[in-house]
Amino acid sequence: MDRISFLLNGERVCLDNVSPVTTLLDWLREGRGLTGTKEGCNEGDCGACTVMVSDADGTRALNACILFLPQLHGKAVRTVEGLRGPDGALHPVQQAMVDHHGSQCGFCTPGFVMSMAVAHRNGQTDYDDRLAGNLCRCTGYAPIIRAAQAVADHPAPGWMDADLAALDAAASDEGAPALPGSSEELARLYAATPDATLVAGATDVGLWVTKGLRDIAPVIFLHRCTDLQRIEETDTGLRIGAGVTIARLRVAMADRHPGFAEMLRRYGSAQVRAAATIGGNIANGSPIGDGPPALIALDARLVLRKGDTRREIALQDFFLDYGKQDRDPGEFVETVIVPKQPDSLRCFKLSKRFDQDISAVCGCFNLTVQDGKVQAARIAFGGMAGIPKRATAVEETLIGRPWTEATVRAAIPAFATDFTPLSDMRASADYRLRAAENMLWRCFHQDQGTATNVLELTP
Amino acid sequence: MSVARSLPHDAAALHVTGTARYVDDIPAPAGCLHLAFGLSNIAHGTLTALDLSAVRATPGVVAVFGPDDLSPMPDCSPSAHDEPLLGGPAISYLGQPIFLVVADSHLAARKAARLGQASYDEKPALLTIDAALAANSRFEDGPRIWEKGDAASAIAAAPHVVEGVMEIGGQEHFYLEGQAALALPQEGGDMVVQSSTQHPTEIQHKVADALGVPMHAVRVETRRMGGGFGGKESQGNALAIACALAARATGRPCKMRYDRDDDMVITGKRHDFSIAYRAGFDDEGRVAGVEFVQYARCGWAQDLSLPVADRAMLHADNAYELPTARIESHRLKTHTQSATAFRGFGGPQGMVGIERVMDHIAHHLGQDPLAVRRRNFYASGGDISAKKKAAGTTPYGMAVEDFELHEMVAALEGSSDYAARRAAVADWNAANPVLKKGLALTPVKFGISFTLTHLNQAGALVHVYQDGSIHLNHGGTEMGQGLFQKVAQVAASSFGVPMAAVKITATDTGKVPNTSATAASSGSDLNGMAVKVACDTIRDRIAAHLAETHQTVPRRVHFADGRVFVGDADLSFAEAARSAYEARISLSATGFYKTPKLDWDRIAGRGRPFFYFAYGAAVTEVVLDTLTGENRMLRCDILHDAGASLNPALDIGQVEGGFVQGAGWLTTEELVWDDSGRLRTHAPSTYKIPACSDRPAVFNVALWDGENSEETIYRSKAVGEPPLILGISALMALSDAVAACGAPYPALDAPATPERLLAAIDRVRA
Repeated sequence: MDRISFLLNGERVCLDNVSPVTTLLDWLREGRGLTGTKEGCNEGDCGACTVMVSDADGTRALNACILFLPQLHGKAVRTVEGLRGPDGALHPVQQAMVDHHGSQCGFCTPGFVMSMAVAHRNGQTDYDDRLAGNLCRCTGYAPIIRAAQAVADHPAPGWMDADLAALDAAASDEGAPALPGSSEELARLYAATPDATLVAGATDVGLWVTKGLRDIAPVIFLHRCTDLQRIEETDTGLRIGAGVTIARLRVAMADRHPGFAEMLRRYGSAQVRAAATIGGNIANGSPIGDGPPALIALDARLVLRKGDTRREIALQDFFLDYGKQDRDPGEFVETVIVPKQPDSLRCFKLSKRFDQDISAVCGCFNLTVQDGKVQAARIAFGGMAGIPKRATAVEETLIGRPWTEATVRAAIPAFATDFTPLSDMRASADYRLRAAENMLWRCFHQDQGTATNVLELTP
Repeated sequence: MSVARSLPHDAAALHVTGTARYVDDIPAPAGCLHLAFGLSNIAHGTLTALDLSAVRATPGVVAVFGPDDLSPMPDCSPSAHDEPLLGGPAISYLGQPIFLVVADSHLAARKAARLGQASYDEKPALLTIDAALAANSRFEDGPRIWEKGDAASAIAAAPHVVEGVMEIGGQEHFYLEGQAALALPQEGGDMVVQSSTQHPTEIQHKVADALGVPMHAVRVETRRMGGGFGGKESQGNALAIACALAARATGRPCKMRYDRDDDMVITGKRHDFSIAYRAGFDDEGRVAGVEFVQYARCGWAQDLSLPVADRAMLHADNAYELPTARIESHRLKTHTQSATAFRGFGGPQGMVGIERVMDHIAHHLGQDPLAVRRRNFYASGGDISAKKKAAGTTPYGMAVEDFELHEMVAALEGSSDYAARRAAVADWNAANPVLKKGLALTPVKFGISFTLTHLNQAGALVHVYQDGSIHLNHGGTEMGQGLFQKVAQVAASSFGVPMAAVKITATDTGKVPNTSATAASSGSDLNGMAVKVACDTIRDRIAAHLAETHQTVPRRVHFADGRVFVGDADLSFAEAARSAYEARISLSATGFYKTPKLDWDRIAGRGRPFFYFAYGAAVTEVVLDTLTGENRMLRCDILHDAGASLNPALDIGQVEGGFVQGAGWLTTEELVWDDSGRLRTHAPSTYKIPACSDRPAVFNVALWDGENSEETIYRSKAVGEPPLILGISALMALSDAVAACGAPYPALDAPATPERLLAAIDRVRA
């Protein structure tokens, strides 16, 4: 890897010949002696390593433990050591954490402070979502939320504004040819090195390195392929670049398919959503990714590209078997196409813990009911098979029938036709099947006006 | 006075700026080496061959130790000398360390540790309570049995009987900072160890044993831990011993920190229990007799399992006077991680047992569980001192004289609007087919003192320098609970100086020897008293000196606001210190404290194991989705007794955090082992501690306005463990919501995951 350049706490850093899979966390702690950023899990689940990363697209919190140094090229990084003002003044969230007793053992605190500072800077006050990726074992979170709320209206300190100005200067000093800058370059490079590991957000591949201790070389980083990060609306639908992060996908879905957006609110954490891409979520072929079931229910299509050759397939056909996708060596996911349609999508993400948990079952129901009759049904599940999978037998029992209790009852046995789920540490096969069946009941109860959402209740 | 003030944690400013140092943050000395364990892949059997050639050949590896390379094999056990540092030939659990890698980086050590080639003669593993019972695999010869009266006859004669079995899962500590140690070799074979431990003296003791040197050759220092919760009472021994051995072998500093997955796979967790119960009671739900059989899964080594299981028995009554009781406890040895201390130390499991009984009785009678609970409460301490009532006795024969829950529960019932909300929950449930609400109030009575009586001692070392600044040291360790600040408040109060005059220093076995673990909620009770003794000693010396120089008497010397008032004169504390120094008065003192009134026979199950009880109560309301088992805590109101609090803000922090941790234990925190004995939930991706949104949406926490009836430090009460047990209210509220789905008793096991809840809903609807 050639020269990597970024801003660290306002100072320009140039690194030559670093291993492309050195994580920011290890480099900070072992290379720079900046030990304020902590390792709690080394897999992006606890947030103790949270840092602030800024570029032209804004400021976000990311997990340093699964962030490779080349991903920072041209960006500005602030660690907890860089949060104080030049005169040593505490950032408002730091002072609030002291005043509201927001730290006990203190080990998670730097990560919390960074997530809070990012939220503060962005004017975000949905703290349960902003902090879902930061685990605290001591406080029960209440004083942390009190701290965040107490300074929500305080002005953001100006000392970090200089980062963005300095960034332009840094970015003009390009020097990282191994980072393709467009899908064209990527296509060429990947066709030439089809055994390369593609790294977009590294929220999954990061663990291959930090936990699997795998050698993933050669690596191709995708994050500078800005043309893959576009969302385009056409007459027939939405073309979503594979490099679009889950955070941006959530925004794009908010008006079009709010049920999908609400499910994406619980996808990973703020740190993960800011890094993970929809292309990665699809291409890794996981049976428990939350993007594919919803997209399959929306009849999404994929554009796959190899060199200059493109082909378009239905997303549901991409997943062949567990760990096996319809993707040739050197071929990559370029675009996801979501057809334009009236919204009737419901997404149910079921996990042991509400936030930042991998789904035991993810059920997505695209049901069109007109005149009391089910006109169309596209239903897809994650966690119910070795791949994200349509519930075709269930769909067949519903389509054309009146949307009644009797129809739902008659459809229930079809779940066992469609799915033979596994038992694992997240859920048993029986529970998965039972919960999937009950998700159809939930759709029905919702349409009867019955309260079904525990998140909507107040005491 | 500094005590009773809500000062921030002593390191709060360091925490928020990332400058608080944990073991892995200490700048590594030049040449520092890094360690990792290679782990067994089977749960039970014999290691027949271990090929470490690939490990040794890994770039960066400096040394490798297998079971045959250490003789004698060092022991890591805090109790029974049954924990060899490295397994082999006997393999006792999946994840047991079997070899040790020493490398020039943490990553190199981890990579090499994966490359050992082990061959085994595998044997069937005992993984469950049932399997261990069937094989009679246990610690101690047979079950411990304590009895009060004739419970069997009382149950037989009672008009109503309920019985059942409840499974209660274990709990991973998930301290955010994993286990860590750093050994620094000194001249003459001495060793200094930095350890993330609740028990520096134990580390010193075990390292000295491993090195074959007297304890005086080993000094252990602990400034802070990134969380402990009991998980660093004994589980840090292996890392410290490994570092010390490697440091001696290489002559270089050696550091070890577990990767999170290794930490979860290697170290012990809260004991999971199965509790069988049978209770007889009258029409009002008053208990006539209870029988409990408690089965504790202790894992492969004894560790602290005997006192943990004892404490479960000691809390089988919780807040209820049981006229007759029989408690039988089985401590089962299995081929799993050696279960260890975890906040509450068995007490919570015992209390879940009796709370389940109360819930079951109320359900059987169709009465409000709170009414049933109250009828069984011990007599009020107020009524006892007014001679209106006699003190009840626990199943182990201790009189309960300080009982406060009648008054506390009445106050909480009012402030939480319990009765109206009970009615509102019923109305909601009548109107809503899918979402059901549940409400529960559960009390806590928790015994304070180590049940191993000799541990109830503490020491302190205090220096006053000639400029009036104060160096404070004691045997307690800081794991986030705010002990250092509370104790510093005691010291500042003693000298009448501002907090800035008191320097908090790292726990150090070279300063205060023979300390007990910071455990059993005892930290501020024991160390606060020892520090006060030391401070008062120095203060009295200064007072005597100043009285003499000012021709007055010591009782006319007062220390306040950074000044010393001597008769009509007044001087700064610094001037007083300087004056004493020049008069050749010693300005250094040790302090020592031992808890009074204790008298306990654990075999007979008779006596007074506790100095006093700490109390609390919580009301939790939940909503449950009966289609999936998903649920939320809508509101929680807590009233907790910290006596005359040394620091209300820190104590409320313990209560809020303890409740959420306890609720997590009983709801989402599920440990899953597969049939081979492999822990499948070994990282935060699969083991789910509460996240931010899991705290109750409305969370009202208050401290009970009272003081300890016993003479504790400023009449405060211990607050570390008891609040965790308030989390039982969340479990019972979920049980209440399930009960709204059908007539049969929900019989909910813990943790009440969505899956278990849906199964319970299906049962009561069947």
